[in-house]
Amino acid sequence: MNRQAEDFMARHQAQSAAGVAYPHESAHLHVAGEALYVDDIPEIAGTLYAALGLSEKAHALVSSTDFAAVRASPGVVAVLTAADIPGDNDCGPIIHDDPILADGFVQYVGQPMFAVVAESYDAARRAARRAKVAYETLPAILTPQDAKRQQSYVLPPMHLKRGDPAAALAAAPRRMRGEFYVGGQEQFYLEGQISYAVPKEDGCMHVYCSTQHPTEMQHVVAQALGLVANQVTVEMRRMGGGFGGKESQSALFACVAAVAAQRLRRPVKMRLDRDDDFMITGKRHCFHYAYEVGFDEVGLIRAAKIEMVARAGFSADLSGPVATRAVCHFDNTYYLADVDIRALCGKTNTQSNTAFRGFGGPQGAIAIEYIIDNIAREVGRDPLDVRKSNFYGTSERNVTPYGMIVEDNVIHELVAELEASSDYRQRRGEARAFNESSPVLKKGVALTPVKFGISFNVVHYNQAGALVHVYTDGSVLVSHGGTEMGQGLNTKVAQVVAHELGIGLKHVRSTAADTSKVANTSATAASTGSDLNGKAAQDAARQIKARLAQFAAARYGGRAEDAVFAADTVRVGGSTLTFAELVLQAYEARVQLWSDGFYATPKLHWDRQTMNGRPFFYFAYGAAVSEVIVDTLTGESRLLRADLLHDAGDSINPAIDIGQVEGGFIQGMGWLTMEELWWNKDGVLMTHAPSTYKIPAVNDCPMDLRTRLFKNSNVEDTILRSKATGEPPLLLPFSVFFAIRDAIASLGEYRINPPLDAPATGEAILKAINAVRAAA
Amino acid sequence: MAAARSEPPVTGDPVRFVLGGEVVAVEGVEPTRTVLNYLREDLRRTGTKEGCAEGDCGACTVVVGELAGDRLEFKTVNACIQFVPALDGKALFTVEDLRQASGELHPVQQAMVACHGSQCGFCTPGFVMSLWALYLEHAEQGTRPEEAQVRNALTGNLCRCTGYRPILEAGERMFDLPCAAFDRGALRTQLESLKRATTFVYRHDGHRFFAPGSLAELTELRANHPQATILAGNTDVGLWVTKQLRELPEIIYIGNVAELREIREREGALRIGAGASLNDAYRALAGHYPGLREMWERFASVPIRNAGTMGGNVANGSPIGDSMPALIVLGACVVLTRRTQSRTLPMEDLYVGYMKKAMAADEILEAIEVPLPRCSLAFRTYKVSKRYDSDISAVCAAFALDLDGERIAECRVAFGGMAATPKRASATEAALRGRRWTEETARSAMAALAADYAPLSDMRASAAYRLQTAQNLLYRYFLETRPDNPLPAACVSVFAVA
Repeated sequence: MNRQAEDFMARHQAQSAAGVAYPHESAHLHVAGEALYVDDIPEIAGTLYAALGLSEKAHALVSSTDFAAVRASPGVVAVLTAADIPGDNDCGPIIHDDPILADGFVQYVGQPMFAVVAESYDAARRAARRAKVAYETLPAILTPQDAKRQQSYVLPPMHLKRGDPAAALAAAPRRMRGEFYVGGQEQFYLEGQISYAVPKEDGCMHVYCSTQHPTEMQHVVAQALGLVANQVTVEMRRMGGGFGGKESQSALFACVAAVAAQRLRRPVKMRLDRDDDFMITGKRHCFHYAYEVGFDEVGLIRAAKIEMVARAGFSADLSGPVATRAVCHFDNTYYLADVDIRALCGKTNTQSNTAFRGFGGPQGAIAIEYIIDNIAREVGRDPLDVRKSNFYGTSERNVTPYGMIVEDNVIHELVAELEASSDYRQRRGEARAFNESSPVLKKGVALTPVKFGISFNVVHYNQAGALVHVYTDGSVLVSHGGTEMGQGLNTKVAQVVAHELGIGLKHVRSTAADTSKVANTSATAASTGSDLNGKAAQDAARQIKARLAQFAAARYGGRAEDAVFAADTVRVGGSTLTFAELVLQAYEARVQLWSDGFYATPKLHWDRQTMNGRPFFYFAYGAAVSEVIVDTLTGESRLLRADLLHDAGDSINPAIDIGQVEGGFIQGMGWLTMEELWWNKDGVLMTHAPSTYKIPAVNDCPMDLRTRLFKNSNVEDTILRSKATGEPPLLLPFSVFFAIRDAIASLGEYRINPPLDAPATGEAILKAINAVRAAA
Repeated sequence: MAAARSEPPVTGDPVRFVLGGEVVAVEGVEPTRTVLNYLREDLRRTGTKEGCAEGDCGACTVVVGELAGDRLEFKTVNACIQFVPALDGKALFTVEDLRQASGELHPVQQAMVACHGSQCGFCTPGFVMSLWALYLEHAEQGTRPEEAQVRNALTGNLCRCTGYRPILEAGERMFDLPCAAFDRGALRTQLESLKRATTFVYRHDGHRFFAPGSLAELTELRANHPQATILAGNTDVGLWVTKQLRELPEIIYIGNVAELREIREREGALRIGAGASLNDAYRALAGHYPGLREMWERFASVPIRNAGTMGGNVANGSPIGDSMPALIVLGACVVLTRRTQSRTLPMEDLYVGYMKKAMAADEILEAIEVPLPRCSLAFRTYKVSKRYDSDISAVCAAFALDLDGERIAECRVAFGGMAATPKRASATEAALRGRRWTEETARSAMAALAADYAPLSDMRASAAYRLQTAQNLLYRYFLETRPDNPLPAACVSVFAVA
């Protein structure tokens, strides 16, 4: 166990279930293979299996289809097309431009055109390949840059401007302009997309769906089936990873399974093969940036102007909010007085890009980091010093471009602590000394900071509900609107409930998210899972506790507000009894032992038109130092050591938070170094399986990884003063990318900015090396 | 040895193997039924997961136990690409088998819980099985693995949540917990009882799966069934079924042919039977050629190296197979056999075009013969790919010079990923042969490389990168082997840096 986790455990064990490094509530099931995922649920007799037929063209009219061979294939029960959808043929989360099944017109290679339902998974897959489809091809747009050239967008442009950037640029002592590109990223949840739809009486439908957003699944399924919400239940015990990929894009599969189940009156399972999952579903948006920046001799930014073009894919999906978050994170930890940010959502004939951990935030923030890295070489200062010069102040220079005051800034202290604990200065010096004498291999060291806004940018999503049941034996069941995808949400919520009721965690069980228990839930996304659902569950637990205290005071004397709930006992009016005893007595006295709870995040407001307001309740901070080594002959690189320091507020579970920090770091490193999405000239994604798309493997975890949580307590009244840790750590591996740039820069005496795009594959690095050598 | 029969019996046998402590007999499934689908769909043993169905993510990792001579061996394999009949005579262990008789979790599982080694949990059963195989290996010997060995054991398991650090910690922690018992004797008895004297034939729905036990049986079968698919480790053929959905009506499985699994030294050469696993083959080769050690570690993953064979890599003949450039520069030959006739061919002559081999339909690859090292030989092989573990090379290079003082007496250079076949670089070799091994020679050979290859651009790398990297790898080789001030690997490879 991490030493810090041990400290937390020792400190908190005696009094509370919160702040303790408990194992994940399902860990004992995970390791035994006993944790049930959707595909593991015992199947109901008569279950059928669906597979999808996919478009082979990037952009085309479908001139004819022939399903005779599909229907004749062994085991086939039905072939479904758009015409077979009784309700709306749409599963778009915001804009209605996402057909469930393409209807005569295809917009990317991999777009589902029809579904085959058969007696086995294998029979369905075999049959799906037997369709004969004729296409009339249309010109395709395959890159965001092309989309911009052709003014092809899924949404209108976004623009945020503060001050007079044009004048400030003109007046700046120095100016620089350039371009930069960051690739997309496949979520690669280990469990592929899956839904299992079971028809119920009176036209109702029960859907087991691996999704981050049960309520949205309920709505799109109801719309596709021509039903109302009370006829559809969506249940989700756990996902084998989500990372944003199952926020909106679980919908298509839930709809296909439900449409087939409704039509055939039999349970239907829709599980994707990994290659089909890659070909059909959206990924992290790649971004192309064109920027101009004005600065002074010490690197202080006077003005910045940037245009970001994102690859939205063929439909809007969540591209609007992703672009908004990119705009709101271009500042990262830096005060930008005069600034002009434009964001464009390029419509391309590729998969519709969607949520992925960070949700545009990382793409916004890496742009300013790239710019600052460039400025540092221009002015000849250590990039960390230039970063510090530009940090937000605490009482001045503290208003974001979108008008929010940064009230909780700890970046100065956090970075100072990490700079010291990582020996940043000394190791920078050692790397330079190494590079002078090493002919082939070069080392680089970089420190990058993170500030990440927590809350949904759309105000009304920031609400949650929970249901807490206390049974007469003292055991407790908690249901809430959040979904468990491995992030430990159920563990944290159970800890909150146990903490409130003063009982051990073993008495509290979390259940599946279920739209029939907690209604109108928001997606488990934007890192808000614990903040929202923890607060809602706390509200429910406190109501029960208040009733119990009142009852206890009435029976045993003393005041209800003086009742102490701790260590599975309740002390009131000089009497002590066990929690279970009190509960049973309260039940017999007809006290309500269950309660709902609700939470709405305070202080939020946002004007979409002006892009101004307070979109975030608070900010989470962090920083990382990475040391890499680069081979200047092949471009191969390797991370040697990483020091991570992250702000989890007053952590509810330090082991889970450290897990989020390290997992996010390695996942983000994959995005920035090795994970490459590659489409061929016909728009076919050629990296569509783990054989060709490489996520970090075990030897990519550095031999020396030092992770600590920053001592901090949330200044806002969040759940037990903790902070969200889902997404912010994904930005920590910026330090890996900029350490690679530092190593390459050694070839140009640290004066030439290496034109390095992400992912920094061997090829990208060698290209940058060639460019620096040519310029040196 | 049993006499070879001209035709197998009309009725087939069920597949018999040990599962959950019992001998089970399976029939009525396709010969290409994968072990994973059998476990999940037929037995509803759902602890083993499907993450990719191509042997790349490890969520389906299971352990196969078998008798190798007197030794009881436990190896991880990817259940998603193994066929059920290949289990015949073996023992299959899944995550459900680990709980101890007391009901307690196994130390591997306890350590994973204690170290917070699972988040979403979907990859976890696969990691647990990889760690369990490592645990068995060390528990038997009373040893503990180094961190590098723990890492190596996990190269075939992808985790998207944790970043691996807690899982590596669990790989250490599991040895601190009270040791879990494992009854090897009982298993040995069961496996002995499953041994077959002659070819195992499994039939279903007109499809046949033959598993001969001897070379004579194999060559006879091959002669009678020239169209049958030869199956060894199933690390490629498995994907024909799971991804291409191909039907394979006749399969000849060579995994039980004792002669083909042999690795021995003979007449100045190491003879590697075509059925020897990649792991065994690389272990033997790296013993003679330390320059192969990194390739051994980086060739796919442990489960793939356990199942896959070097013979399969060579016979498949993919231009991106990682064994061939090294074997070609080492002067390896292939032994091709039909019935009782064998012929020997230099390996580079086996490859005549993209996935085309100079091999008759009824011939089988029997062995690979690799000359033992000469002291004058400077040999290196390099792999460049996007990821260190379990990736396919963008460029794979191999160099072997015989140095006579400073002069290059003889040289062989070959590359993978640069042409339609694994191919020698004749112009480059000409620029090296007979010259002094100097910077100037290296530079001229690098220039000559451009005449040898016109690589393709694809998702792994562009043509320009492939060519520049190939040239630069030649330069790396020069730095490592030049007579004057050769550099250690740690000065030229990021992966050799401590």
